Amino acid sequence: MDKAHIKYTLSWATLALMIVILIVVMTMFDIIGPYGLTTIVLIGINLIAAIGLNLIIGMSGQFSLGHAGFMAIGAYATALIVTAVPTIFGFIMSLFVGAMLSGIVALIVGIPTLRLRGDYLAIATLGVSEIIRILIMNFKFTHGPAGIFAIPSFVNWPLVFGMAVLTIIVVVNLVRSPTGRAIIAVRDNEIAAESLGINTTKYKVIAFVLGAVLAALAGGLRASFIQSVSPQDFTFMQSITILIIVVLGGIGSISGTVVTAIALGILDVILQNFGSLRMVIYAVVLIVVMLFRPQGLFGRSEFSLKKMLFDSGGNHDKDHSKGA
Amino acid sequence: MIIQQLINGMILGSVYALLALGYTMVYGIIKLINFAHGDIYMLGAYFGYFFLRVLHLNFFIALILSMAICAVLGMLIEFIAYRPLRHSPRIAVLISALGVSFFLENGMSYLFGSDKRSFPQAIETTQYHFGSLQISNIQIIIITTAIVLMILLNIIVKKTKMGRAMRAVSADEEAAILMGINVNRTISFTFAIGSALAAAGGMLIGLYYNNIDPLMGMTPGIKAFVAAVLGGIGIIPGAALGGWLIGILETMTQAVGLSNYKDAIVYAILIVILLLKPTGILGKNKREKV
Repeated sequence: MDKAHIKYTLSWATLALMIVILIVVMTMFDIIGPYGLTTIVLIGINLIAAIGLNLIIGMSGQFSLGHAGFMAIGAYATALIVTAVPTIFGFIMSLFVGAMLSGIVALIVGIPTLRLRGDYLAIATLGVSEIIRILIMNFKFTHGPAGIFAIPSFVNWPLVFGMAVLTIIVVVNLVRSPTGRAIIAVRDNEIAAESLGINTTKYKVIAFVLGAVLAALAGGLRASFIQSVSPQDFTFMQSITILIIVVLGGIGSISGTVVTAIALGILDVILQNFGSLRMVIYAVVLIVVMLFRPQGLFGRSEFSLKKMLFDSGGNHDKDHSKGA
Repeated sequence: MIIQQLINGMILGSVYALLALGYTMVYGIIKLINFAHGDIYMLGAYFGYFFLRVLHLNFFIALILSMAICAVLGMLIEFIAYRPLRHSPRIAVLISALGVSFFLENGMSYLFGSDKRSFPQAIETTQYHFGSLQISNIQIIIITTAIVLMILLNIIVKKTKMGRAMRAVSADEEAAILMGINVNRTISFTFAIGSALAAAGGMLIGLYYNNIDPLMGMTPGIKAFVAAVLGGIGIIPGAALGGWLIGILETMTQAVGLSNYKDAIVYAILIVILLLKPTGILGKNKREKV
């Protein structure tokens, strides 16, 4: 690891730290009240789920409409385990169990269905998600349509913030690893990737399972934060809410997902007064963005500190590291 | 008992079939899962409600008017939300379709409230008994209307110039352009026909179940798509067959006491079909598509 890289990594860490300090200071001066902190937590949770979905849709190019189902698995795992073992240990364990369970379901579902293409996969994953929801609604131990209430809360904003940062680091590193390159190769041209010896199904399944694990994580955090879960929270609409974040940000752009998750979270607060008109506005925004920028706001490009801070023209960066 | 369930299933299935026809035609011609299709069905029911409750029209006149308005709306949606994206990635059109669906559902909730409304009893219900079988005049109206519309559709697709153009565009768009077919007009026409059928389905179901709400199109929309896939997407008789099969299946699951799982069973069948025979029951390698 050379100095430039350390410097680059440190500047990202500084940025994250600065955001934390900013939130703390703003809380101290009452600029962000409890409502603001709730918004921050919900943004973080949506962000984790959306990054998972972007891994599936953007990186591996598989169109999934079933994210809500995997969130439901995570949410119910946390709800049930934390209610039984109301300690922080129980909470951490519940997140693991939820993630594992969701990963296993994604594996079982993914291996056969990921052979399907485009729309067929979308509709199959939608079917899977609905089946999960209907099963939850009819099982005894999940308390049916009423759901589970009074779940002990272990979630606060620093935890969600940390998890979101960790998610971003893991996914960005995965995308830049050989596995990630293979996943992107499958997306860009499946036949070409296959002829280069890449096991296309394997990489599609990896992306799908990891996306489902992140969805379950988000679901678990959400269950403990909101302190209740019900099957109505995980309908097709929930999948769409997450999908909107991914699509508006740019399918395949992690920074796009981050920016849109934050922007939509804030927009949500602003539009709160509009009641049901809010959803109409969302719908119009969605159509308009698709018409004028079908690739999303960021397209596939990423926001880069390297370009902003170190790349001030020409070969500056290279010269600097040579000199040092 | 079983025959009674079969009849009930056929009636529900007729409505699914009307919806599935629209899905299958649109998919056949531009390869789009038109998520807004179920919401056109909802709009059809609402226009019907308006004509019956406010203007007190005859049911069949209201049906025709509602179909005509929805046909225009279908064309309008295609023109605004899908046509500019004709050459974009397919996912962009799909999301645009989701946006339209979202817009119609929430727009209607915003304008008219999200509560259920009772659909006017435009036609007095009378029950007929044939031995142990029981069938109402409403059920007869639903099934005959559906069959008449399907026959009309078949005539349009098979016998008219526009129908031939539809089949040509669906078979090979490029070649159709070279033959001087106006592709945009043909696609508009396909949306008009599909939307009119959906509107008819919405009104018939309003008459059958007596209530309508802005989200009534969501589940039937997905089920009708399953029906279209089951019969073989892009194949018109397949959509009708798929619709009836799904309808019968649904009433059968209810009859054996699994009504809580009826939707789950439909989705499970969808997944199995997609995995085993993605071309559907009537699908062949060489597909006759519209």
